[in-house]
Amino acid sequence: MRILVIEDDRETAQYLVKALKESGHTAETAADGEEGFALAAEGGFDVLIVDRMLPSRDGLSVVKALRDRGDRTPVLILSALGNVDDRVKGLRAGGDDYLTKPYAFSELLARVEALSRRAAPEEQATRYTVGDLVLDRLSHRVTRAGQAIALQPREFRLLEFLMKHAGQVVTRTMLLEHVWDYHFDPQTNVIDVHVSRLRAKVDKGFATPLLHTVRGAGYMIRADAD
Amino acid sequence: MLIERLPRIFRTTAYLAATLQIMAVAVAGIVVGAILLSRVNDLVGAQVVETLRTDAQGLAEIARAGGRPALEAAIAARQREGQDRLFILVDGTDRKLAGNLNRWPPELDRQAAGGLFRYVVAQGGVEAERLAAGVPLDLGGGLRLVVGRDIEEQRRFLDGVRWLIVAGLAVIAAAGVFVGILASRYVLRRISSITGTAETIMTGDLGRRIPLAGSGDEMDELAERLNAMLDRIERLLAGLREVSDNIAHDLKTPLNRLRNRAEEALRSPAGAPAYQEGLQRTIEAADEIIKTFNALLLIARVEAGTPDGSMERFDATEAIADLVDLYGPACDEAGFAIRFTPPPAPTWLVANRQLVMQAVANLIENAIKYGGSDAGGSIDLRMTVEDGRVAIAVSDRGAGIPAADRARVLERFVRLDQSRTKPGTGLGLALVAAVARLHGGAVELGDHAPGLTVRLLLPSAETCPQPTAARTHGG
Repeated sequence: MRILVIEDDRETAQYLVKALKESGHTAETAADGEEGFALAAEGGFDVLIVDRMLPSRDGLSVVKALRDRGDRTPVLILSALGNVDDRVKGLRAGGDDYLTKPYAFSELLARVEALSRRAAPEEQATRYTVGDLVLDRLSHRVTRAGQAIALQPREFRLLEFLMKHAGQVVTRTMLLEHVWDYHFDPQTNVIDVHVSRLRAKVDKGFATPLLHTVRGAGYMIRADAD
Repeated sequence: MLIERLPRIFRTTAYLAATLQIMAVAVAGIVVGAILLSRVNDLVGAQVVETLRTDAQGLAEIARAGGRPALEAAIAARQREGQDRLFILVDGTDRKLAGNLNRWPPELDRQAAGGLFRYVVAQGGVEAERLAAGVPLDLGGGLRLVVGRDIEEQRRFLDGVRWLIVAGLAVIAAAGVFVGILASRYVLRRISSITGTAETIMTGDLGRRIPLAGSGDEMDELAERLNAMLDRIERLLAGLREVSDNIAHDLKTPLNRLRNRAEEALRSPAGAPAYQEGLQRTIEAADEIIKTFNALLLIARVEAGTPDGSMERFDATEAIADLVDLYGPACDEAGFAIRFTPPPAPTWLVANRQLVMQAVANLIENAIKYGGSDAGGSIDLRMTVEDGRVAIAVSDRGAGIPAADRARVLERFVRLDQSRTKPGTGLGLALVAAVARLHGGAVELGDHAPGLTVRLLLPSAETCPQPTAARTHGG
């Protein structure tokens, strides 16, 4: 993926570029709002990472200006402001996701990859398939190798989200936000227990596990064994 | 300016109001008095003149019928009826022919229909001028008659009334000035007590409050409001001071831990593998610090109040059921049975949903941490509606909290001894308390015998105004 990082702190920007490159992406930086807007407006980026507070033009106004031009490039907003209301403002300005500083790079990477349109299946897709696991979004049926798997409604939504992002790391926070609609961090391992129960239903009794734990980051559902 | 040279008391609002009031009363008094007096004057004079005119007509009849001798006899007879009856009959040369007046009153020459005049009478050797009303009558043949009546007594009475009115006005004015001064002094005193308190507070004594007079008047009301404001400011400042103190204390420990871990790895002879593990442990320590910072910031934001529009109307029963669903498996895993007893009817809240959910999540996590699963612990969530408030109670079967510590644990960074060994920021209940305060609710800690019950009380949607904004949280 080609990623543009609009961030005024040089060290942070360089760290992000380096880490993104190590993860197999190409990244460019812009140090202020005007430069960022000019670069983003040229197009060609898969995801924009925009710091909320920037010199010369603040991040939200950059995003808003891009959206007003009809530019729909996915945007991840980075901010030191972490309140629900700040989030809402960021998403209203046209951001697709919002991450509060300080963050773990694994969290940022997972969110950036989840944002990219290339990797994600069509929003309107009625079936998600990973290996021999099939989830039908209309009939709410899940089968593996033709066998029906009975899931609770919440387990279904959890699996649905994981499969929508098949092949991508999904963090615990992302699951909490999208499956439960909570924007706070629980102190206990609530998500892990849910995922391990889901794993018991989906993987137990099958030779190849599909639901993997990615150490220090989150979870990933994928078909290939490596 | 002249007004600046006046004593302070005359420049007060109260004094101005009193002065205006006195002036209004005085003007009204003068107008009423003038009208009253002129009416009484008219009435007394006119009525007497009317009677006298009838009398004069009667005498004219007698004169016409019986001539001068009959008239003089009638006059003499009437004179005897009373001292106040006055007559004079003169001929063409103004010579007195009969009657008790000494001379023809010149005032009546200009008042053919009758009017007032003055006459002189000798009383005990002293001559006195008295007021009278009279009607002149031309009897023909040069004869002219005045029929009069002494009204000196009425005049004196009216003078008395006039004096009374003037004196009354003077008393009212004096009383007004006096009351004005008293009221001004009262107001001044009350205001100086407020300014005095304000000055003491500005010098740093935040605990001072404006004394109340206990009368429950608007000054007391103002003082109460100001005191409530001062309470709030003091609480906020105390909170701020406490937070900065506690941040200093409570973040030093994890910061030190972070530093130790880095140093330890650096010193290790094992090289790269030790560095890797050391860095991993350093990141964990940093995450703990970040978590504490986030919790602190959140509490601070909640205490500062959230902007309008962050409140939404939602089904509290469903929201708590969702939360129980989230924590269910984790509770199972930790050896707890978690139960939720919803109220019989659907219950709605107008609140910041994320914050309320986080508060209840904190209570559930506390119950998991301190609920004592060894004894087959259970966590009970119960929602009830009482007195227009929704009560969300989270109960466990742990060691509970002694009554003496219950208020204290709601403060930031307060951790009881038995909890120090468990992980946590010491901010969970402080956030619950802040969320309750934000919504005008309360937190109550009670005995679950055995165990702890924490009740989060929030005003129910029925007692809240309808929110204007729709759901505002991001998806």
